[in-house]
Amino acid sequence: MALKLADYKTTVHNDWCPGCGDFGIVNALQMALAEMGIERDKAAIFSGIGCSGKTSHFINTYGIHTLHGRVLTFAQGGKLANPEMTVVAVGGDGDGLGIGAGHFVAAGRRNIDMTYIIFDNGVYGLTKGQASPTLRLGEKTKSLPSPNTNFNVNPIGLAVASGFTFVARAYSYDVRHLKDLIVKAVQHKGLSFLDVLQPCPTYNDINTRDWYAGEDLAKEAADRHSRIYKLEETHFDPVVHYDDDTEVNEKLAQALIKSLEWGNKIPTGIFYKNETISPFSARLTDKIPNYLENPPAKQKISKDSLPITDVSKLLDSLKV
Amino acid sequence: MSSIDFSWLIGGPQGSGVESGANVFSKVCAELGYQVFGKREFHSNIKGEHSYFTVRISDQLIHSNVNDVTLMISFDAETIFRHYDEVLSGGGIIYDSDLEKITTDSVHTLDNFFRERLHKELETKNKPFTIAGVLEIAKEKGVHLFPVSFKNILANLAEETENPRLKNMVRMFNVIGVSLSLGLIKMPPKSLLESIDSIFYKKPQIAEINKLAANYSYNYATSTFIDFPFTLPGIEKQSDTILVQGHQGTSIGKMVSGCRFQSYYPITPASDESVFLESHEILEINNDRPGSTIVIQTEDEISAMGMMIGSALTGTRSSTSTSGPGFALMAEAIGWAGMNEVPIVLTLYQRSGPSTGLPTRHGQDDLLFAVAGSFGDFPKIVYASGDIEESFYDTGRCFNYSDVYQLPVIHMMDKFLSSSVVTCKMFDPQKITINRGKLLDKIEGEYKRFALTTDGISPRSSLGLDNGIFWNTGDESDEYGHITEDPQMRIKMMDKRMSKLDLILKQVPVEEQIVSNGIHDYTIISWGSTKGPILDALKTLKKEGIEIGFIQVKMIHPFPEEIVKSLIKNVKTIIDIEANHSGQLGKIFKQNVAREIDYFILKYSGRGMTSTEIYDSLKKILQNKANKREVLEHGA
Ligand SMILES: Cc1ncc(C[n+]2csc(CCOP(=O)(O)OP(=O)(O)O)c2C)c(N)n1
Ligand code: SF4
Ligand SMILES: [Mg+2]
Repeated sequence: MALKLADYKTTVHNDWCPGCGDFGIVNALQMALAEMGIERDKAAIFSGIGCSGKTSHFINTYGIHTLHGRVLTFAQGGKLANPEMTVVAVGGDGDGLGIGAGHFVAAGRRNIDMTYIIFDNGVYGLTKGQASPTLRLGEKTKSLPSPNTNFNVNPIGLAVASGFTFVARAYSYDVRHLKDLIVKAVQHKGLSFLDVLQPCPTYNDINTRDWYAGEDLAKEAADRHSRIYKLEETHFDPVVHYDDDTEVNEKLAQALIKSLEWGNKIPTGIFYKNETISPFSARLTDKIPNYLENPPAKQKISKDSLPITDVSKLLDSLKV
Repeated sequence: MSSIDFSWLIGGPQGSGVESGANVFSKVCAELGYQVFGKREFHSNIKGEHSYFTVRISDQLIHSNVNDVTLMISFDAETIFRHYDEVLSGGGIIYDSDLEKITTDSVHTLDNFFRERLHKELETKNKPFTIAGVLEIAKEKGVHLFPVSFKNILANLAEETENPRLKNMVRMFNVIGVSLSLGLIKMPPKSLLESIDSIFYKKPQIAEINKLAANYSYNYATSTFIDFPFTLPGIEKQSDTILVQGHQGTSIGKMVSGCRFQSYYPITPASDESVFLESHEILEINNDRPGSTIVIQTEDEISAMGMMIGSALTGTRSSTSTSGPGFALMAEAIGWAGMNEVPIVLTLYQRSGPSTGLPTRHGQDDLLFAVAGSFGDFPKIVYASGDIEESFYDTGRCFNYSDVYQLPVIHMMDKFLSSSVVTCKMFDPQKITINRGKLLDKIEGEYKRFALTTDGISPRSSLGLDNGIFWNTGDESDEYGHITEDPQMRIKMMDKRMSKLDLILKQVPVEEQIVSNGIHDYTIISWGSTKGPILDALKTLKKEGIEIGFIQVKMIHPFPEEIVKSLIKNVKTIIDIEANHSGQLGKIFKQNVAREIDYFILKYSGRGMTSTEIYDSLKKILQNKANKREVLEHGA
């Protein structure tokens, strides 16, 4: 029986603030899963801690709500042991780029075939609006006692530099576009990263829905334009087409430069995509040829309660 | 028949082959039928600082080192300065005669603390501050000295074989030292040559050169050295004996128990285990295609812990291995695993803390942290192995406990165990059983991961299982795993999880919880690697007609209070022996049993206990001459 969108929703009460950008993300994620027709029991959503961390409870697949900053570690362990699973990790910008930044970088280097989505709202939502790593230097949201004293981290640039092989940005109120990008991210062979601009109406009064819509850019409605635009509607080609240093370096540099664009024009869409880099599973199969057919989660380890691993050669080598 | 008890010490700068020399020596002794107990001491340094290896051999079962050294071999000055006084009267020192004039001040790796102590000793004995000076003291004590110029050995060898390159092969000093030792005690050289072959099997040319040096030195010793009272020609070999390194008990135990995922971050003395597992990552499986252990070196221990949990959620037996500093970083996630009832095994190879402490030295400092580490009330098991052989079987038990009770298990090991090389009975994999508890392989109908059951344990699904969808959260949750803050549900879930602790004490066989080695008026309570030296000390006392009891606690949390209470009912004096400052097991004992420890025998110098030290302290206790805290100090 074909699965419908409704099948991916749980009945768990959602306690996000009215108007929170998180709603768009969870909807898009459910839509993407439904569109790809991924069996519910073959998908796992791992989440961090924060408002965003609650996402896994709203999706009717395996849902693992982990620890603050550690979502990528749990998710990678799950995917490595059972590579059959479709694994999506989600979490806040504080979660992934503050407390979890080390894991972010390390995950990029591994390039395990899964997807990571950051809910980028510029604040620590669940702890009442402190500055998150993506808030810009000198900005003062209504929840801050004084302007932010730290320079902001650039999630796209960091992902590209860390080795993520699919790097994209979306906007949480453009649910269709976001859904399309999630599908592409999940289908990408390797680690994909999605930075989702997510208004937090409760604490971030700078990057609001109106601000993204460009309400402040001109007096007359006719002169206004949304700050958000789509890279695919420009001549930007994010794809590394062949395995060659010059090609790769050009695409990396181009992604980095593009990621610095902010202010009146904010690019969304795919910044970088490189499938010439081996996913981690291929690196494992190089040394363990049957890893994918017989991964840890599928291995038989006993028969009639007795071990079936034969270590006799090893023990013989220790014999005196 | 008087029994053989011979201790051999080899020392040298780190990186000079002390360890491989000692491994060859141990292997040769084991091949000749002797029981071997070897232990390595080393600095937190890669090249240059002093390291040494003591190998005790006997025709009887032995479980520890003793204080006295029977034969010392040294090709550097520092070893002689540091250890000359450990050699017993009647024992011997083979040393490089080119070192005699070296002064204490010219050995810059001798730290000032030690230098001052040594100078004082030399001053009182009126000796010069040189190698010759300390050797005179040894000689006066009755130690046989066997000077030999290592340089000349190489030169003669180069001449005889017409291979001038050999003249500068100082890297062979270790092989020369081992061979001189074996020649002196008249051990047949056959297995020496075999050992060299097996060590250098990838480099046959190097093997040949080393064998030449070995033969030459061996013959040199038999023809030149006289007057040494100890010969060890070999005895009848026990069948089914293996020579194992400290980490091999848990690592081979993990393979056999079906652990298929290990994540780790490098740390001494734990990482040897992970490296070993990765070196043997492809596994032979009876009547099936090959299996494998995925070993992942992570970016830190937090990640190691997270990955292990993620893997365990797929139904894979998963583990990590770490030491104190890494364990501290894992604390938060241990609570998550407890909350979400995830079976994981964390092998904790303790070293001397706090902080980086003595990074390469021994300590049993982390017991209380293992029991209490991580916030909130949740169930876990803390289980301690007493020796390498036990650690193999205990690894199997730890995985079963974790699966059956669905909780984290912390398997306590330590540096003393990890850097030992011992003979023991061949591991028997068929003595390990595999019990996965309520792990499901099929689910029909509605499923609740945290269903409230009468025994507190819910049937367990795993990621990817059809119809087995569940949620996890570090927040309190309902039976499905969704967040709840309902006070009634909170109480039910807390009670459910915590009830496992009683269940464990009720269900785990008594002999897995506690090993009683006899109960007497004086009875020792201890845990972990002190077992070996305690057993050896008790054996010596028994020969003198003195019986002391010994309770080895293996299940430390939950603490088997009732069993211990009934065992010690008639005990008059309780002696707690541990390698830490505060007597951590003693505290747990007192808390649970409501009885004071009468004497503590403690060691926190970073060096392992010897049976001699324990014997001496027990004697003092019996003679009523001991302090409440006896603090041990032996070891350079
Ligand atoms: C180790 C740890 N430190 C602090 C916290 C408290 N905490 C909960 S959520 C959060 C920040 C959440 O911000 P973000 O990750 O951006 O998620 P958002 O709420 O904005 O979605 C913090 C600091 C915690 N749960 N764990
Ligand atoms: S605080 Fe902000 S991020 Fe959190 S639920 Fe409310 S609006 Fe959303
Ligand atoms: Mg945030």
